[in-house]
Amino acid sequence: MTRFWWAALAAALVGLPWVAGDFYVNLTSQIFIAAVFAASLNLLVGYGGLTSLGHAAYLGMAAYMSGWLYLKYGFAHWIIAPLALGATTLAGGLFGLVALRATGLGFLMITLALSQVLWGLAYRWAAVTNGDNGLSGLQRPQPFGVSIEGPMAFYYFGLVILVVSIWLMSRFVNSPFGAALRGARDQPRRMSALGHNVWLIRWVTFVYSGFWGGVAGLLYVYYHKYIHPTSLALTTSAEALLSVIAGGSGTLAGPIIGSAIVVVLKNYASAYIERWNMLLGFVFVVIVIFMPDGLVPGVRRLWVRWRGAKK
Amino acid sequence: MQFWIIQTLNSLALGGLLFLLAAGFSLIFGLMRIANLTHGALFMLGAYVGVSVLKVVPNLWLAALASGAAVAAFGGLLERFILRRISGNSQGQVLVTLGFAFIIADLCLIVWGGDPIPVQTPEFLRAPIVVGGVAFPTYRLAVVVIAVVVALGLYLLMERTRLGAMIRAGVDDMQMARAVGIPVSRLFTIVFCLGSALAGAGGVIGGPILSAYPGLDADMLPLALIVVILGGVGSLVGAFIGSIIIGFVYTFGTALLPDLAYVILFLPMIFVIAFRPRGLFGRLST
Repeated sequence: MTRFWWAALAAALVGLPWVAGDFYVNLTSQIFIAAVFAASLNLLVGYGGLTSLGHAAYLGMAAYMSGWLYLKYGFAHWIIAPLALGATTLAGGLFGLVALRATGLGFLMITLALSQVLWGLAYRWAAVTNGDNGLSGLQRPQPFGVSIEGPMAFYYFGLVILVVSIWLMSRFVNSPFGAALRGARDQPRRMSALGHNVWLIRWVTFVYSGFWGGVAGLLYVYYHKYIHPTSLALTTSAEALLSVIAGGSGTLAGPIIGSAIVVVLKNYASAYIERWNMLLGFVFVVIVIFMPDGLVPGVRRLWVRWRGAKK
Repeated sequence: MQFWIIQTLNSLALGGLLFLLAAGFSLIFGLMRIANLTHGALFMLGAYVGVSVLKVVPNLWLAALASGAAVAAFGGLLERFILRRISGNSQGQVLVTLGFAFIIADLCLIVWGGDPIPVQTPEFLRAPIVVGGVAFPTYRLAVVVIAVVVALGLYLLMERTRLGAMIRAGVDDMQMARAVGIPVSRLFTIVFCLGSALAGAGGVIGGPILSAYPGLDADMLPLALIVVILGGVGSLVGAFIGSIIIGFVYTFGTALLPDLAYVILFLPMIFVIAFRPRGLFGRLST
C-alpha cells in the first residue's frame, strides 16, 4: 500500500509539467527550492534542537558568490558551483564556531546577528554586491549540455536536486551519527557522559546544514537569474523557519509540506494583496500558538488514532 | 580635529540611542528569558507615532513621552494576552515576537507610507555650540545627556527601589522569587511595558538623527542584539558599556571604511563570544 502511494507521488511529480501550465510548473519549482532550503534548516532545528534565525546567510552567500564569480570572472558554472558551495560551507564552519558557543536563545540571537551582518554587507559593499540594485544579467547553467532555460527543464532539474538532497539528508539523520545528533538534542549531558563530543556533533551538523543551504542558494540564483540583498534578510530566514515549524520539525516530509504551504500562500497572497509580511507574521503567531508541533505530526497523530479506532 | 570630535559625538549619540533600545531588550531577556524580536519594530513604531504626534503637538519631548506611553501600552497587551498564553515555551514566545515584528513593520508601511519622514530637531537645539573654534552639534549632546539620565534613573530603579529588588530577584532565580511571594507574572508585564516604552521613546528621540523610515527596525534590531550579546543579558551596566562600544565601532567604521562597517561590528562580538560567552557583564549564560 505504501509502495503504491510512493509510486503515485512519483508519477504525479514527473507528470505534472505535462498537464499543468507554466505558472504552476514555475510555482512548483519554487517549492522545490524552498523545500531544499527548509530541509537543510530542519537538520539544525528539528534534529539538532538548535533554532537558527540566520539560515538565509548560506542561501544568500552561495547565490552572491555564484553571481559575482560569473559576472566578474566569467567562469563556467561547473567551476563556480563548487567554489560557491565551498566558500559557503567554510563560512558555515566559521559561523558555527561562533554560534555554537551558545545554545538555545543565545544561539538564535547569534545566528540572527551574523546573518544580519551579511545582509548589511550585501547592501553596503556595492563594489561586489552592486548594493540595492542587486546582481543581474546572470545565466542558468547547462548541466551536461542540457539547457534548463525553459520552465519544464528547470522543473526537472530542481526535482532531481531536491530528491538527491532529501535522500542525502535522510541518510545523514538516519545514520548512527544522526542518532547521536538526536541524543545531543534531547540529553546533551548524558551524551557527554557517554563519551560523545556534543559540541563536535552540533558543529558538523551546522556545517552540513550550511552546505545544503548553499545548494538551495544556487538553485535560487539559477531560477531567478538575479540576486538582491532581500534574499539575505530576516524574512528569508523566517519563511524557512516557518516552513519547518508549520510542516513539523524533525520529520523529513514536514519541511517540504511546510515549504509548499508557504510558497503557495506567498504567491496567492501577493497576487491579491500586497501584505505578504503581515500575513507571514499572522501565520507565524497562529501556528506557534495553536499548532506548535506542526502539520505533519498533527495529521499523523490523527491518522494513527483513526486506524486504531478502525481496528 | 573637527572630524574626530564630530564622530566621537555621533558615536556617543548612537550609543545613547542604542542604550534606550538595548536596556529594555536586556531586562526583558534577563527576567523573562525571551529574546523580544519585536524590539526593533517597537523602536520604529515609536518613531512613526512620534511623527504623528509632532503634527499635533510640535514638541519633541512631549512626542517622545506620548509615543513611549503608546508603545508601552502595546507591549503590555502583547505580553499579557499573547505571550502569556504560551508561557514556558520560550522558543514559541520568541517566534511570536518575530511574527509581531513583521506585522508591526507592515502596519507602519500601510499607515505612514514608504518614504522616509524626517523629524525636526527642536528649535533651541539646532545651533551648534562653538567652543574654541570647534562646533559641537547640540542635539547629539542632548541625546547623550538623555541617555545618561535614563541610565541613572534605571540604575536607581533597579538598585534602590522595592520594584527593582523584585526584578533583580526574578532575574537571579525566578522560582525562588515566586516561592517567596514576589508577583513574577506582574513583573513580566511591568518590565515588558518599561522596555517597550524605552524603545518607543528612543525611536522619537532618535528621529532627528535617523528619521523614520521602513527598515529602521531591521537596522536597529541587529545592533541591539549585538549590544546585548556583548554586554551580557540582564545587565544594565553591560547594556550601557555595550551600547557605547557599538556606537563607536559602528560610527567610526561607517566613516572610515563605509563598505565594511557591518563586518567590523562583528569583531567585538566575536571577541566576547570567544572569551566570555555570557558577555562582559552578564550574570546568566544564554
